[in-house]
Amino acid sequence: MKSWRTSSTRRSNGLRLAALCVLMLLSALLSMCLGAVAVAPGDILPALLGEGGGAAAQIVRYARLPRTCGCLLAGAALAVSGALIQSVLDNPLAAPNIIGVSSGAGLAAALCGALAPSAALALPIASFAGALAGVLLVLFIAEKTGASKLTLVLAGVAVSGMFGAGTDTVVTFVPDALAGYSDFRIGGLANLSMSRIIPAFWVIVVAMVLIFSLAGELDVLMLGADTAQSLGVRAKPLRLVLLILAAALAGAAVSFSGLIGFVGLIVPHIMRRLLGEDSLPLLAGCALGGAVCLTLCDLLGRLLFAPYELPVGIVLSLAGGPFFIWLLIRQRGGRVHD
Amino acid sequence: MIELKDLSAGYGGQDVVHDISLAFTPGRVLALLGPNGCGKSTLLRTALGLNPKSGGQVLMDGVPLESLSPRERALKAAYLSQSRSTPNITAYKMVLHGRFPHLSYPRRYRKEDYEAADRALRWADAADVARRSMAELSGGQRQKVYLAMALAQEAPTLLMDEPTTFLDVGHQLEVMAAARRLAREGRAVVMVLHDLPLAMRGADDVALLSAGRLTAYGTVEDVYSSGKIDKVFGVALRRVETESGWQYYYG
Repeated sequence: MKSWRTSSTRRSNGLRLAALCVLMLLSALLSMCLGAVAVAPGDILPALLGEGGGAAAQIVRYARLPRTCGCLLAGAALAVSGALIQSVLDNPLAAPNIIGVSSGAGLAAALCGALAPSAALALPIASFAGALAGVLLVLFIAEKTGASKLTLVLAGVAVSGMFGAGTDTVVTFVPDALAGYSDFRIGGLANLSMSRIIPAFWVIVVAMVLIFSLAGELDVLMLGADTAQSLGVRAKPLRLVLLILAAALAGAAVSFSGLIGFVGLIVPHIMRRLLGEDSLPLLAGCALGGAVCLTLCDLLGRLLFAPYELPVGIVLSLAGGPFFIWLLIRQRGGRVHD
Repeated sequence: MIELKDLSAGYGGQDVVHDISLAFTPGRVLALLGPNGCGKSTLLRTALGLNPKSGGQVLMDGVPLESLSPRERALKAAYLSQSRSTPNITAYKMVLHGRFPHLSYPRRYRKEDYEAADRALRWADAADVARRSMAELSGGQRQKVYLAMALAQEAPTLLMDEPTTFLDVGHQLEVMAAARRLAREGRAVVMVLHDLPLAMRGADDVALLSAGRLTAYGTVEDVYSSGKIDKVFGVALRRVETESGWQYYYG
């Protein structure tokens, strides 16, 4: 008897994920080495271990390390969040920055900065709450209006606009609410410190563990609410839980990286093509691919006009905008899944 | 066995089906017939608890539906929905999803789950497409995979909402033959069908719905001779005896 368990797709998916892993390590190494001051790869490890006290070691430890960690973390979180939102809403156009999740997190971050500027831990929590408010509001509007794929996106645009205006208002009255406001709006990872990343790191780790443990449920949910329910899944509560987790990821990423767009849209689409729609490899691929994508884009922004830096948000939008338009055009054909 | 007692249900406070009493008997194929919009799908969905009821009772092996968890319900009845999505996953993975109610959180497939999926694929004659993506299969092949998924669930009752729609004649007959085989193996099979000759020839029992009410219910013979099918559908259903049993046609 033949078995279909170890199908060829599964084996090639393993290979692809391994390749993505290597790619992620490579891009992390490059991000540590390159920039306004180039550091030899061999000097990285000693610098991280605290040996050598030269300027290069200082740069590695206090600028490159937090920046690289931030890129990897935010990229992974946003891409997984995007994949999750797309799957749960069954909408290929959905992504954290499109359906109001990121802008909700941004508004909450601004409010938090204005009201409690010294509370480091409050920021990721506030961002998460804002992201959650965004996703729930958009979901509510979409359900009231019939939940078509386009209404959802349009509702997201409206909600994002309102939240954005709210953020602008806060910043107008309390200019220091968001440190480096224009950086925050565009999304950038320069001037990060480990102390800003660590609270978000824990949120992201916990959310990721929960999401990966629910991959089987997500698979079944994607068969449609009726089928999922007939297989013993409580579709509505599950949907909500998954969206909350997606909001946690996006909120945590926004809390230290600002409103980075398009990672949550592009990466899941590429991964769907590369790995198929089986949730476990797809989510793993999104985490790795998102980390690679953001790190490389950040690196590009650092190198293109060195010694001047282009914020990663601009690089991403330049690449992501056309991609989104291409997606819209293809969408007209009515094909949702490849 | 699933029994419906005086079941009423609908959407948004408006009843679509009224006072339906039916039994899904093991070993028999029940065809649910009726014009479009008469509440066939609503009835199936309500019997499974996918749609709230407004009156009456659904009993699964004598236990009221409300006191069963979704997972317990899934172990008693499998359902092939009318709207079936085709995610870009392999057919084998699709069939494995049928094992979902047998697993607990976090879901890890066990040896017996893989074996059940293998069995279901072979039974549904879909073993040859197991490695291929659902997205690239033809409608007939997909239907076999969906059937295999429902079989892998290993529930004693199987409800199918329009399993033959969009299939060519050959595949329609295959689905019907599969339903008969399942009934012979002791399962209760319920199918919503639109093709009257196909239903009359393949089913053991018929439940005829009209405007949300059960107009006729009994064996194919009883319902045919009652003449109510002709009245409800506004057609003249006739039959001739052939070597392989009765064949039905529109007069």
